[in-house]
Amino acid sequence: MNLTLHVWRQAGPDAPGRMVRYEAADISPDMSFLEMLDVVNERLMQTGDSPIAFDHDCREGICGSCSLMINGVAHGPNPGTATCQLHMRSFADGDEIHIEPWRARAFPVVRDLVVDRAALDRIIAAGGFVSAATGSAPDGNATLIPKDTVDTAMDAAQCIGCGACVAACPNGSASLFTAAKITHLGLLPQGQPERLQRARRMVERMDIEGFGGCTLYGECQEACPKMISIDTITRMNRDFLRASMTPVRAAVAESD
Amino acid sequence: MELRSRVPGGPIERKWDTHRFEMKLVNPANKRKHTVIVVGSGLAGGAAAASMSELGYQVKCFCFQDSPRRAHSIAAQGGINAAKNYRNDGDSIYRLFYDTVKGGDFRSREANVYRLAQISVEIIDQCVAQGVPFAREYGGLLANRSFGGAQVSRTFYARGQTGQQLLLGCYQALEKEVARGGVTMFPRTEMLDLIVIEGRARGIVARDLVTGRVSTHLADAVVLGTGGYGNVFYLSTNAKGSNATAIWRAHKRGAAFANPCYTQIHPTCIPVSGEYQSKLTLMSESLRNDGRVWVPLRGGDRRPPGEVPEAERDYYLERRYPSFGNLVPRDVASRAAKSVCDEGRGVGPGGLGVYLDFADAIRRVGAGTIRERYGNLFEMYQRITDENPYEVPMRIFPAVHYTMGGLWVDYNLMSTIPGLHVIGEANFSDHGANRLGASALMQGLADGYFIVPSTISDYLASAHPTPVDPSHPECRRVEAEVAERTRRLLAIRGKRTVDSFHRELGSIMWDKCGMARNAAGLNEALRRIPELREEFWRNLNVPGSDAELNQALEKAGRVADFLELGELICRDALHREESCGGHFREEYQTEDGEARRDDARFGYVAAWEYTGDLAAPRLGKEPLEFEYVHLAQRSYK
Repeated sequence: MNLTLHVWRQAGPDAPGRMVRYEAADISPDMSFLEMLDVVNERLMQTGDSPIAFDHDCREGICGSCSLMINGVAHGPNPGTATCQLHMRSFADGDEIHIEPWRARAFPVVRDLVVDRAALDRIIAAGGFVSAATGSAPDGNATLIPKDTVDTAMDAAQCIGCGACVAACPNGSASLFTAAKITHLGLLPQGQPERLQRARRMVERMDIEGFGGCTLYGECQEACPKMISIDTITRMNRDFLRASMTPVRAAVAESD
Repeated sequence: MELRSRVPGGPIERKWDTHRFEMKLVNPANKRKHTVIVVGSGLAGGAAAASMSELGYQVKCFCFQDSPRRAHSIAAQGGINAAKNYRNDGDSIYRLFYDTVKGGDFRSREANVYRLAQISVEIIDQCVAQGVPFAREYGGLLANRSFGGAQVSRTFYARGQTGQQLLLGCYQALEKEVARGGVTMFPRTEMLDLIVIEGRARGIVARDLVTGRVSTHLADAVVLGTGGYGNVFYLSTNAKGSNATAIWRAHKRGAAFANPCYTQIHPTCIPVSGEYQSKLTLMSESLRNDGRVWVPLRGGDRRPPGEVPEAERDYYLERRYPSFGNLVPRDVASRAAKSVCDEGRGVGPGGLGVYLDFADAIRRVGAGTIRERYGNLFEMYQRITDENPYEVPMRIFPAVHYTMGGLWVDYNLMSTIPGLHVIGEANFSDHGANRLGASALMQGLADGYFIVPSTISDYLASAHPTPVDPSHPECRRVEAEVAERTRRLLAIRGKRTVDSFHRELGSIMWDKCGMARNAAGLNEALRRIPELREEFWRNLNVPGSDAELNQALEKAGRVADFLELGELICRDALHREESCGGHFREEYQTEDGEARRDDARFGYVAAWEYTGDLAAPRLGKEPLEFEYVHLAQRSYK
């Protein structure tokens, strides 16, 4: 396959960026999208150019490192597929492909296609956990958890933290990311004691980080490589609403 | 170099308890005066950082990824073992201990393995408490599945994403401590050297991968949880960034490297599809619960799998190993796949593949149940190969997956450099010459949550580290060495890219030191690797500068280290004139092609010391004694 790429190049966070055209010749349809970029980079380096920087690591669709807006779609055209699992057989010979970084106020560009997603870590730090200090746990079977409950929690817990939901959202909202964690932990008995304060703190943190609000466009669930549903956002909103109407001390008591 | 294992006395069941009582403690008010550096944020590093912060230590945690949640533990699929005996199928701590020592082909330290089996039980409890959504039965109890090398069902799992869920539990605990102020996180920061002052590990030199700034971080103890070195083979199931730099730098500062030749080749991976291939993808061993492995009976049979009648199929694992069948340990399954392919019976392009067939299982339990058990793995397989495994058998082939070798550690998980602790895959400790499935997650978390937080207190209470200043001449010296190395990499301006060197090294390693090894091949590798290294330092092309995000420069530093480590791996493989676990020397096999150990000559841990000359490392030996598990030829027949 022969392809024409238009790639966002930006030398650093404060440098101006622009789209640059590259010809990608002799690409195998069995290559992954990132392997195609590897080939382009090898050729760039052989001619003394600087390679295109992009984030990637596991290349199995689970670490959440890879990103890329491909022809304006986060993670490219295939539903439920991260960029590293997208293969060139999804494109046709002669295609023009536009490749850009995640674009969101809360995700500043570091270089080329690499963005800073540390804001997502700070949302988790604000409350996306169960406080269970090492050594304090009861037996794993001490609390029975219905299979349906744990399966639904797992659907949300699959989030890989890639940030596609933010990139896809016209508002640059991290609601799907945040709601996935709130849903995962909020469904399980272990997550109940901190449930309301978790929702309040994580949502507040999302605002502080500069993510937009959710107006239910639904673009996030289309882009999500784990196909996490926006039903989780409904749950987040419910928990957040309850938390905001409950005084802090009482909220703690109530969620007990 | 002294290799004192510091295994406590007394009966094996009591050793860890006795030791925990005998170890010194740091009082709660003094803990906050101590700083501990943790490098790596996977299951081992992340768990250690979170747990030590909960205890009250000041922790600085480093990872090269943009977030600690991306460490490669996240990709573990199948599960985590624990001796809960929830199935009432005869499991016990002793049986998990026994299976692991046997599975490791009698090349691990008994006391460490016993402790691992003891702690396995607490790990599950800890993870459940954190909200890890382990699979459950309809009644609400935890579910289990079987894994290779065991005849009990002791593996806990969260679909095919167990590593992800365990790591997220650990990462969330870590972020909780970040918010509380106990842990300072340094993402996109790579350790490039270790600082040793007065014989003790006191810090690291690290490079900020975004700005290129190199700086010194000091502490009272250093913990490395930086994973394995499978990427020395270029193609492996490891993440692209997984590297050996932290442990290799520590080795060159005095930490002994144990059993480097013990590498695990995982039997069920998606075969290589082309030259451009950048990594290999594992299909979880759990698939062998329901999938049947076969090849055509006749060589050169090119019919599609569906047209090969039952009578003309060879279910070779079930045939050769009737009692374990498709669930033999990984080393055995990989070698069997290699031998049927060597006989010309392999399937798929190049004949480098065997079938993993679910047709019988789908007939037995229905496609819905199979989808529930392995749905995400089947989808991943289809995305990569464009074939539907519900309809045609998967094609699989062995690939490099895990390294049992690593830095030598004593019972306290401390290396030969006092103050330097090594945990998880980065150390050599618990898996001997072969790791059983679902045991890596168990070991990483045992080391991180439960062992190192205890033993580090004992170290700090005994060593009384005195404050060190960043202006100490040793810090200045190591920083200057790191800067010089980076400058040299950038100054070569040669013709070949880093990846081209890495691929070439990988192909030498795979051909000469892969699934089967022999003296002639290893000697050839030992000649070619130094030549390649010499060319690397003469003809490498790294574009850009050191004052920016420069991914080619990052890779160059890692590949430079792989080019040195590769040589040590081959040297270790050459010296070990026996076959054991993942180390199969063609000269040493039984009549029916199984590994033949030589306990009299090689019943020891080979711990290599860096002498300043890569061609002449010094070999230290820690003898292995088996008081509890009787030394025997492994049999899964």
